[in-house]
Amino acid sequence: MQGSVVSLASIKRIAALDRPAPVAAGCPSQAGGVDPRVADHPCYSEEAHHYFARMHVAVAPACNIQCNYCNRKFDCANESRPGVVSEKLSVEQGLAKVMAVAASVPQMSVVGIAGPGDSLAGASAPKTLALFEAVRAQLPDVKLCLSTNGLALAEHVERLKELGIDHITITMNAVDAKVGEKIYPWIFWQGQRLTGRLAAQTLLDRQLLGIEKAVAAGMLVKINSVLIPGVNDHHLPEVHKAVRARGVFLHNIMPLISNPEHGTVFGLSGQRAPTNAELEAVQAACGIDAKLMRHCRQCRADAVGMLGEDRGQEFTNDLVAAKTEVDFEARDLYRQLVAKEREDRKQAAKRAGLGLAQMTHGQKRRVAVCTKGGGRINEHFGHAREFRVYDVDAGGLSFVGVRRADNYCQGGWGEEDHMEAILKALDGCQAVLVSKIGRCPKDELAKAGIEAVDRFALAYIEEGVSGWFADQAQLNKITA
Amino acid sequence: MAYKIIAEQCTGCGACEFECPSKAIKEKNGVFAINAEKCTECEGSFDTPQCASVCPVDDTCVPV
Ligand code: SF4
Ligand code: SF4
Ligand code: SF4
Repeated sequence: MQGSVVSLASIKRIAALDRPAPVAAGCPSQAGGVDPRVADHPCYSEEAHHYFARMHVAVAPACNIQCNYCNRKFDCANESRPGVVSEKLSVEQGLAKVMAVAASVPQMSVVGIAGPGDSLAGASAPKTLALFEAVRAQLPDVKLCLSTNGLALAEHVERLKELGIDHITITMNAVDAKVGEKIYPWIFWQGQRLTGRLAAQTLLDRQLLGIEKAVAAGMLVKINSVLIPGVNDHHLPEVHKAVRARGVFLHNIMPLISNPEHGTVFGLSGQRAPTNAELEAVQAACGIDAKLMRHCRQCRADAVGMLGEDRGQEFTNDLVAAKTEVDFEARDLYRQLVAKEREDRKQAAKRAGLGLAQMTHGQKRRVAVCTKGGGRINEHFGHAREFRVYDVDAGGLSFVGVRRADNYCQGGWGEEDHMEAILKALDGCQAVLVSKIGRCPKDELAKAGIEAVDRFALAYIEEGVSGWFADQAQLNKITA
Repeated sequence: MAYKIIAEQCTGCGACEFECPSKAIKEKNGVFAINAEKCTECEGSFDTPQCASVCPVDDTCVPV
């Protein structure tokens, strides 16, 4: 395993290092009681995201509805970044892949099925259930989760519950068929293709029923809604109310991604994506604490990894063909180390927060951090594909979100384009904290008014950010 | 009387294979194909050909 994840070795190494003196900030993502069912789930807990990895297994290519933002040549747009094509796996291939990943990635704590079509569509459901059964039997320590458009959820809740699936994500974009019919041209339901309002009404009814049943069965239900400007932007607060009333624990609003080259109905009709401001406005109108899902990156249906990385390509069919032994002891050991690391980080964050609270001056600053996990500043700027952005002032740190610099780009950029994408991602930040950075990019960042800081390499994020903030405040005091 | 699949348009999702009441559809090299001998056009089972109703790509499951 290379250094792309927090390996056992890297954790030991880090733990042995002298840490820089703690300076400052309360970690926002640790505030509040976290449901134990999500505490180790990287998709629901920002903090867990630093230590655990999820994998998606693409065993479900068929779908039972059509969404106007989806082109079925690609993966389910509800659950993946649009325009990507995942491998299609048989149940046996899927299981082999899960075992291969479990053997080499001790962080893997979640196995999910999210496509590439709908996990519960007619042709998909038997495969989805068979894979869950097999994983449950062989890897009792992983959590299983599933994403669906909800049409066929109600009739599967009981079986899913029996298999120990306690997280379900449903994509729901409307509760009113008048809105829904603009999003769903047809559904396949009980041997018939329904269109128009009837299609939308049937889908929405089934979605709500599925949510009710899943919640009643004690599952954690998350709702994803795709924000489509001019179609459901004013309607989403109503969706929020309807799903909240049914006891969902999280409602996440994602921006529509609409490119003509994806060949979707919306892409071709010129339906535009929302701006960041529009997205934030709708989240606010719904009363959604966006912080809860700010670290979510629409993963692809065959994603493997943590913190936005995707090691899916390492585990292609040919590579997993060789049988792999899972070392349960190593997985246990990893968990013990992680438990200690998480406690350490919490303490460091607390100390950092106390330091900040003593400061009486200093304007609020926005800072980006390069990390590959473990809650530390441990990623080389040149390897960073994304940045975690924080606001910091005397009140502490608050997590703003994840900015990707490879935004939906499937590789193939020139170096210059890449820098441009990075500058765009870092827009509004005064500094970027890295473990290392080359001279050229450092100068280029400086030109854009962003200070590249490597003196907090390997520190916990809270320590580094608050340390930088304290230095800044000191500097300002002297020059003022 | 039978249906066929335009192979170039097929995404290989397998939705049709599952719905076919006559077990007339099978995968071949990543795409699906209908065995004309077995296809009943769903007569007696459904009002509409199931493959054409579930297929995500327009005009891909069509009469021969
Ligand atoms: S549910 Fe997913 S796969 Fe099915 S049409 Fe919608 S976006 Fe596409
Ligand atoms: S028309 Fe009906 S019987 Fe013929 S292939 Fe399609 S689904 Fe099967
Ligand atoms: S439903 Fe359509 S796209 Fe899917 S396998 Fe059948 S013919 Fe191909």
